[in-house]
Amino acid sequence: MGGFLLRRLLQGLLVLWLVTTATFLLIHAAPGGPAILADPKLSPVERQAIEARLGVDQPLATQYVRWHARLIRGDLGRSFLYQTPTLATVVSRLPNTLVLVVVALLVSLLIAVPVGLAVGTRPGSRFDRLVGVINFTSLAIPPFWFGIVAILLVAARWRLLPAGGMVTPGQNADLLDRLAHLILPAAVLALPLSAELIRFLRATVAAGTSASHVGPAAARGLSAGTVLRRHVARNALVPLLTVLGLQIPLLVGGAAVTETVFAWPGMGRLSVEAALGRDYPLVMTIALVVAATVVTANLLLDIAYGWADPRIRSEA
Amino acid sequence: MIRAPRPIRRAALGIGVLAAFAFVGPLLYRVDPTLIDLAHTAAAMSAAHPLGTDESGRDVLARLMSGGRVSLVVGLAAGLVALIVGTLVGALAASRPRWLATITSRLLDAAMAVPAFFVLLVIVTLFGAGTATLIAAIGATAWMGIGRLVRAETLSLREREYVTVAAALGESRPRLFLRHVLPHLVPVLTAAASVGVAQAVLTESALSFLGLGVGPPDASWGNMLTGAQQNLGAAPWLAIYPGALIVALVLSCNSLSEAFRRRA
Repeated sequence: MGGFLLRRLLQGLLVLWLVTTATFLLIHAAPGGPAILADPKLSPVERQAIEARLGVDQPLATQYVRWHARLIRGDLGRSFLYQTPTLATVVSRLPNTLVLVVVALLVSLLIAVPVGLAVGTRPGSRFDRLVGVINFTSLAIPPFWFGIVAILLVAARWRLLPAGGMVTPGQNADLLDRLAHLILPAAVLALPLSAELIRFLRATVAAGTSASHVGPAAARGLSAGTVLRRHVARNALVPLLTVLGLQIPLLVGGAAVTETVFAWPGMGRLSVEAALGRDYPLVMTIALVVAATVVTANLLLDIAYGWADPRIRSEA
Repeated sequence: MIRAPRPIRRAALGIGVLAAFAFVGPLLYRVDPTLIDLAHTAAAMSAAHPLGTDESGRDVLARLMSGGRVSLVVGLAAGLVALIVGTLVGALAASRPRWLATITSRLLDAAMAVPAFFVLLVIVTLFGAGTATLIAAIGATAWMGIGRLVRAETLSLREREYVTVAAALGESRPRLFLRHVLPHLVPVLTAAASVGVAQAVLTESALSFLGLGVGPPDASWGNMLTGAQQNLGAAPWLAIYPGALIVALVLSCNSLSEAFRRRA
């Protein structure tokens, strides 16, 4: 397992390097060049100081090395909009996004695993066809539009749930209030993910029930439920983790849109505000922090691989 | 005449109807989609405005047509960019020499784990959101799936007898790929490209909705929803039409993909 994790760690570092390099190249290709990272509101003297610190007059290779040195120190510049160090601002918003993403992930799994197992064991049934139609439609609905319609119906028309924010302003924010604010955005985020996961589980389980080890297990007299749990679902676990890993970057991107629709004070909404306000250092910092978060999430998944797949665990 | 199978025809019809609405519609319905009329904002359906007006008094039907052009052009073009880049990278990742294939392969896998939306955000912040920038940016952040597909298919196809024979006869590697591998990828690539177009349509609409894509005065199905959200209480119908059209276009593209995949 050590070798496996080491390889995945290197892969994670490669992802980070790709993102830092892409960001570096994009900033240098942009109209205005790297000097745009200095706040235009500052006085010329202050701007020159920042430009000197950025080393905009140095050769490109030097700037590239210095850029990475600054990143490692966590020095990502100051936000134009907030006049704060960008990294601290982004990190302070990160937990709100994580709450939303993790809840959406759990909800998707809670829906997708039973439904996926059910339709996978009975492909072609009426329930399977119904789920297929729902899935196909959910994958075509723009999440932000689903959010708007949800606000229109659930919040505005029926007044069942709050339309946005994380807590009711001016009120003592208890757990119930927080949960009420969480339901709609989490549902919007969970919908396409559940559809993806159900589609995947259906195919894996349908293939798994006809696998050569399943017939004999049933022939030994094990109940259908035991066969499904121990011999089919267990084998679907590893590819499920792979699919989850591939979905995480999409999920975080979806969070940006969802947070904006529901005025959720997370990193995603911050990124949109930063982009609209042309706050270059802030946008850049968010892209890097998101990349680091996704890499960390993928590493956690890799540890889960070892737990799910004994072959990986015993590997040197 | 050979006719395409029914699911393909049905999905293509959906896309065709939407394309006709966006490109032929304005020839029949000659109303300026950018004309502001502050005396009649968020008006309901009427003879003058068959689908009403938006929050600035602009004609909703005319804006839906011109927004459809944006969605279709950006979606198709960005899908094409992703198809070309993905095919090139995928072919390279399955090529020789070995070290080149390995490096490309690792980069491809790493690119898959990059949160594309935020890279997109960096690009539109730095370069603005002109149509060409949007197409390039969406295409450049959406080719990885196709790259993986091409790599996997090429690795399996090149073990086939007819390919090894052609290689033994001395065909060069690029020629081998173009003549003997790529033609076999057409069905799977068509399926993948249709999904790619659907994804690009969704991405463009999301960016425009956030105010980071197509901006005023131009209409896009995405940015029409921005105004709609601010007037949800007064004119909820404004939020319905553009969203329903996005869903219809994405459903058609995904159905087309599904139909091709079944045949592949």
